[in-house]
Order: sequence, then C-alpha cells, then structure tokens
Amino acid sequence: MSSKVYDVAIIGAGCCGASIARKLSAYDVSVVLLEKCADVCFGVSKANSGIIHAGFHHPVTSLKARLEIRGNLMFDQLHYELNFPFKRVGIIVAAFSVEEMKTVEHLYAQGIANGVPQLEVCSRERILALEPQLNPDVVGGLFAPTGGIIEPYRYVFALVENAQKNGVEVKTNFTVSKGIKEGDYWIVESKEGETVKAKYVVNSAGLYADEISKCFGAEEFKITPRKGEEFLLQRNARGFPNHVIFPVPGKHTKGILVIPTVEGTLMIGPTAEEIDDKEDLTTTPQNLEKVFIQATYMVPTISRREIITSFAGLRPTLPGNDFYIEPSQKQPNFIQVAGIQSPGLTASPAIGEYVKDILKKCGLKLLEKSDFDPYLPKQIRVRELAFEELEELIKRNSKYGNIVCRCECVSEAEIVEAIQKGHTTLDGIKFYTRAGMGLCQGAFCTYKILKIISRETSIPIEKITKRGGGSWIIYKKLKDLELMENLRRI
Amino acid sequence: MIEKNYDVLVIGAGAAGMASALEIASAGAKVAIIDREPYLGGILPQCIHNGFGVHLFKEELTGPEYAERFISQIKSKDIDVYLNSTATRMAVHQPVKQVNICSSEHGAFKINATAIVLAMGCRERNRGNLGIPGTRPAGIFTAGLAQRLLNIDGYLPGKRVVIVGSGDIGLIMARRLTWTGAEVLGVIEILPYPSGLTRNIVQCLHDYDIPLYLSHVVTKIEGKDRVEAVQITPIENGVLNEAKTFRIECDTLLFSVGLVPENELTQSAGIKLNPETGGPLVDSRLMTSAEGVFACGNVLHVHDLVDWVSQEAQLCGKEVLSFLEGKTKEEVQGKVTVGPNLKYIIPNKYRLRTKNRFSMRSLIVKDKATLLIKQGERIVKRVPLRHVKPAEMFHVEVKPEDLIDTRENGELLPLQFSLE
Repeated sequence: MSSKVYDVAIIGAGCCGASIARKLSAYDVSVVLLEKCADVCFGVSKANSGIIHAGFHHPVTSLKARLEIRGNLMFDQLHYELNFPFKRVGIIVAAFSVEEMKTVEHLYAQGIANGVPQLEVCSRERILALEPQLNPDVVGGLFAPTGGIIEPYRYVFALVENAQKNGVEVKTNFTVSKGIKEGDYWIVESKEGETVKAKYVVNSAGLYADEISKCFGAEEFKITPRKGEEFLLQRNARGFPNHVIFPVPGKHTKGILVIPTVEGTLMIGPTAEEIDDKEDLTTTPQNLEKVFIQATYMVPTISRREIITSFAGLRPTLPGNDFYIEPSQKQPNFIQVAGIQSPGLTASPAIGEYVKDILKKCGLKLLEKSDFDPYLPKQIRVRELAFEELEELIKRNSKYGNIVCRCECVSEAEIVEAIQKGHTTLDGIKFYTRAGMGLCQGAFCTYKILKIISRETSIPIEKITKRGGGSWIIYKKLKDLELMENLRRI
Repeated sequence: MIEKNYDVLVIGAGAAGMASALEIASAGAKVAIIDREPYLGGILPQCIHNGFGVHLFKEELTGPEYAERFISQIKSKDIDVYLNSTATRMAVHQPVKQVNICSSEHGAFKINATAIVLAMGCRERNRGNLGIPGTRPAGIFTAGLAQRLLNIDGYLPGKRVVIVGSGDIGLIMARRLTWTGAEVLGVIEILPYPSGLTRNIVQCLHDYDIPLYLSHVVTKIEGKDRVEAVQITPIENGVLNEAKTFRIECDTLLFSVGLVPENELTQSAGIKLNPETGGPLVDSRLMTSAEGVFACGNVLHVHDLVDWVSQEAQLCGKEVLSFLEGKTKEEVQGKVTVGPNLKYIIPNKYRLRTKNRFSMRSLIVKDKATLLIKQGERIVKRVPLRHVKPAEMFHVEVKPEDLIDTRENGELLPLQFSLE
C-alpha cells in the first residue's frame, strides 16, 4: 500500500468530478480522481445531450438555478482555455397553444429573476424567422441566445487532461467499495484491491453517489435513475435547426428536444422514465417512437431515414430534484455532490468552484499554484483542416494522411494521440476522436483501430475491450491461419 | 501544392473501379485510380468463398482470384495507382474537375481530370441505423466486418452467433463461422422470404442445419458488457406476436441487413442522388448530374453479383471514352419511369441511337412474370421472366430498332417499365 496521503480524492470522473479536479489543480494540493470505468466520462456524462442551458427552467430558490446561471457564464472562458468545441447557438422554446404561451411567460419571468441575459418572448413571426424549420402551427415562444451546445465527452476529456497536466492523478478501473476513517485521513478501498488515502473525499459518483455515501458511513439517500432515450441523425439532416429547440416543459422534464450538435449531426430526445436498475441502458421501440412523434411535431422535416443510431442515458435524481452539494453532516471531510441531473453539465464548472469553496471552509488549505497552466492546445482534426494545413501536417507525420475512419475522416495520427492520452478502449477512442461514430458505425474501421491499439499498447487484440470489463471484442486468434502463414513463409 | 493531371480519375479500386479503369486505359486515355486501402480489389480479397465470375469468366472463382484477374491487368497497363489515398473533396461543376486527396504515402495532393468515375462501393446497414432495441454491448458486428476479421486478420469474433438478416454476406458467414468452430444458432429474417441468393441458402444454411427464421424480428438485444442473448418475435398476419417471443443465448450478433451505396463524397460535391437506390441519378451514359462525372458498381446501386458490377463498369468505361471523344454530347435522351412492382431501374434515362442496357429489381416474388416496356401507349417490348424476386437483379436490353422517335413538347416520351 502506498503511504502517500492525497489532500483530496474525488470519486467519479464525470463532468462534476472532472470539473472539481480541474479547479483544484490550480492550487497547491494533491488530488486523485477515482473512476470505476475503464475511462473517464463513461457513466452518466457520456450520454448527456450536450446542452448548455440558459437558466430559465428552474426557480431562483433552487441551488441548481444558481449554479446553472453561473456555469453557463463560465463556458466562454473554459472554451478559450481548453479548446473543446462549444457554440452559443441559442435556445428556443416553442409554444403551440395559448395555454403553452402562459408557461412561456412564466419561464420568461423565472429566467429574468435568475438573471438570464437577453431573454426574449417571441411572437409567431419572430420565432419562425429565427427558426424556419419549426412547424408553422407554432404560436410563439421563448428565445434565449445564451444557450449553447458542447460535446460532453470532449469537454470532460479536456477537463481531465488539463487537470492531469497540472498534477492531478487519475485512476480508472477503481471501483470504490469502502471508506475507512483513520486519524486525519480516509482510506479509500477499491473492489479491484487498490487503496488510496486522502484527507478529503468528494462523492461525485453520479448514479452511485448513494452507495458511496453509505460505504463511507455518511448520509443515507436514494438516487433514482431517470432514463432518457435519444436518436442521433446524420450530418446535413433535413431537419437540422439553427438553435436547440425545446417544447414547453412538463412537470418534471424539459421534454423531447431537437438538438443541433457541435459536429453538425442532429440529436432528438430524450425521454424521461424513472427506473430501478442503474445499469439499464436499453432502448425500447415505444420510447423511440415517442421521441420521433414529438420531435417531428416541432420540426416536421426530421426524417427516420437519416438515423445513425440510438442510445440511452440515465440521470441520477434525488427526491426534490435539486442538487445536493454540501459537506456531510455525519462524516468529517466528506463532501456530497449528488443528484446532479439536468442542468448538471451546464452547472459543472460552477460546481467545481462551489466544491472548492466548500473544501476551503472545511479547512483545506488552498494556495494558488504559480505554475498553473489553464490551457490545452486545440486538438488536430484532419476533418477540419484546410488543404494546405493538411499538406504540411502530413509532411511532418504521414499518419495524418492515413484516414482510418472514413465516415468521420479521422486519421491514424489522431487515434494514436488518443491512445497516448490513455484512451485504450474502442469507446474511449470513439469518444475522443469520433472514429466509429459515423454512418457505418465502425464496420470499416474497427479492425484497423484494434490493430493500432494493439501496436501502440502491446495489448493483444483478444484483450482489447469496447469499454472495459467483460466487453471483449475478439474471442480468439485462429491457429489454422497462423499455420497457413507459417507455410507461406516456408 | 502537388497537382497531377489525368484524362480520367477513377475513385475506388474495387471490382467497379478496376474494370472501368482498364476499359478506359485500353483506349489509350491517361487514367489514375485511387483507393483508401493499401491494396487493390476493394472488398473482394476478404470474400474467400467461391462463386465469383460464373457469368463473366464462365468459371467459379474465389473473390481474391476474381480480383487478381483485374489486378494483374491494372499492373501491366499504363494506369497510375494511388493506394492509401482517400478522396476528401470534389469540385465537379467545371470542365476540369478537381479532387483533393489525402494519403499517408503521397501526402495531400490534388488530381485534375476531364472525367471522373465514381466507384466507391457501398457500406453495410447496421444495428444503429435499424434502431434495433435493447442494450449496446460489445459483440455486435456487421457481417462484412466479421468476414474481414476472420478471413484476412484471422480473428474469430465469437463462439455462439446469431445472424440478423439473410443477406448474402450473412449466409456466407454462417457457413464460414461454422467451419471455424463457432456455433451459428440461427438466421433471423424479417421478410417472409430470404434476401440472399437461393444457392447461398442451400449451400450455407441447409447443408449445415442452421435454422432460418423467416418473418421474425429481433425485438431486444440483451447483455451489459458483451452480448448475452437476443429476443426474437415472429410476425404473424403483419403484426408482431409477442406471446411467441423466444430467446437465444449467444455472445455475438452479425448484421447482414442490406447495403447502402456510399455517396457522402458525391453528395457533398452537389451531385443529385436517387432516393430509391441511394446512388446518384444517371443518364443513359451512366453520367451523373455533373457533366463528366460517371458512376458504376455498388456506389450506383447495390448489385448481387460481382460479375454484373464488372460488366456495368466496363460499359461505364466505354461511355467515358465516348464522352472524352465528344461523341455522345448531342444525343437526345428521354426519361425512364418506374411502374408497378419494380423497385428501381438504372439508368434513369434512355436514348434512341445507341443500345440501352437496364438493370432493375422487382418488388415482388413471382414465377413467370412479364416485364412490359412502353413508350407512351406503344408497347416497345414484353420480356418474359422465369422467376423474379427482390434479391435478384435482372437486366434488359433495349435496342435502337425497338424504339421510335416520338416526342411531346420537344421531349422524348418517357420509357415506362412495369412488371406483371
């Protein structure tokens, strides 16, 4: 067992854990980020819709409204520093009846109370001018130009990468199973048999925050997964809107949205359904039908022929639906960051700051580092380069000329970079580079990526997984072909 | 910046690209052929089963053997081959077309050409585009990916396999996997009849007692990390009979559910596509909506036999030569219309002075069918067909002597096809 005692151990490397880690990396404290999956951002955050909310959906009295507004404002700076794709495309709420317009008025008042800038109640003409893709039956709506879109995984990867650059250690495949208080620090044990010691522990374990709290002897609460199913549609989809389009919200959810992604694909969803199983990521024909019916009601040109794929994600919800971010009342130096569902991604930068302040109040000494480097270079993407830039790049590294993923135009060099950054599963590489995310869904590039991973890491192809655990891809290497190859050599 | 100049650039060095390049080069035109893979032949090298070339060479060849017939000729002819080279952008609405190419071997460069042949082939439809419900574990492959892994790289993807869709690649893989020691537990087909060729149903399934479930649908994929099982539901009287849902435990799913012409490059160049085929709209010369840009093979429409791909590509090569010589420019063309019981017809136009060759697919399964071709009210031809089904493409020739020059408002009357 290592005798090192970290100042802070953060449990869970989703958008909250990553944001907290990155925030703390600006200070002279030692931090370890613990993740049960094979890679960071493999849990709740992976299936996030990627919307940076404007801040009009929640009442001013809630913690989430405060952190949402604050978080939204922080994205320009973060985007500048970390270079993940981010666009303030704006959000539209489309109302289809006089009744719904009343809710729009309410959202407007709530947004103004929360301090949302540039919020506008729109007439039918105004909303159709902003969004010609809308169903002409629209009667009006709300326009929030400060709403935006990101790719959740690239945001989390960037936060973690920058945190690592500034000294944060990351341990993946570390499933926390027990927390034991010993003197002035916690001993954090993992199911895999590893141990980490830390003076402070942050519980940002998403769906499992309740179980983590329990195994530290802290508060008892119950996280209920709320499942959301979504569809991804191809680039240049006919229904691609200029803004994120929301319906008028229901009681518990923001409804089925039409989302233009930063990469130019189109996303529709999510549904909202409370379930029991924290691992239930199944999609069902009934829910996907619901998504299509509601999305095409708002944007009639959306076509089923343009589907790339569907997926499901789980929101970790608490009774009352607000965020639960505070020091444990039962255990010292244990900070709860739980119930972070929508707008958790938007709020995450503010959550990082908020948790940093909580830690400070709990006695963690925070001295700013003189050598903190807040920047990450822009990732090179062959797809986005001008011909002349690509020409120069290939001269320096011919691997940029080898297009491995034809659908998303991802080069071998980009895949090697992802591997060097520690993403060694197929999904890790997919989320980092987009290889395998396009129309063929990996039919043409999977074998190439397997070979590159194996070459770069010396992991035999049979041991490479889709996303860690038992997600093996290849059963075995065939012996008879080896024999044939041998014969050919003779 | 490196720019290279050719009469013709062929994009894709599979069966279509090679045959058209050879045809064009044989007349002395300066041809370049590019392919993203490090070898010639496209998908053929991984198709190690036999049955290729029966029509073209009157022999049963394997995929690699069939490819080799063309590869050896390409190498002996004056054709510039650029491998490991991906076309990333085309500018085609101009007399000299320009294609941007990205290559690990040759760097980033541009090719200027008077004509372009699109021969990029197709891709497999997959679980994602079909929206099959359930979880998203490892162990879900397209049949072609599994074929590649097994036949070229020597990797067995799983032990207990269920194949979704009765397309030819899936059937071939059922047999191949069985030979390799995997257990193939069934082939699930949504339609009441198989999608693949009859010979493959017999030789790949019946010979190995692999059950074929017609009118059945995969209603759920189970498994968290790796595929654990699939739920299968029969369709009875047009609806799912959920009471009869059954489960097969397996670790691998192969999808063989059809192919889609790969035209993202075509589309981004502003060339018009045919929604029925997914390929570009072409006139009687196999020329797309961009003057001087031709298409052939699976990028145009999905073929069931490679022989037909090669044949279409050879014809396409001839048309490219006529275009280069300026011969076909003035020829009047009329529309081709797709009538009852036909899915599509290629090409989408006909001409009077030169022989027309049409490829088409039926929407129905029928013995002793008749293809009726009309110009206005005039019957051009009645073609008796012994047996038609959606899985098997058929061809018809319409010669200049079959046609008359009848016009309405200066336009040739459409040539109407229907199947009865």
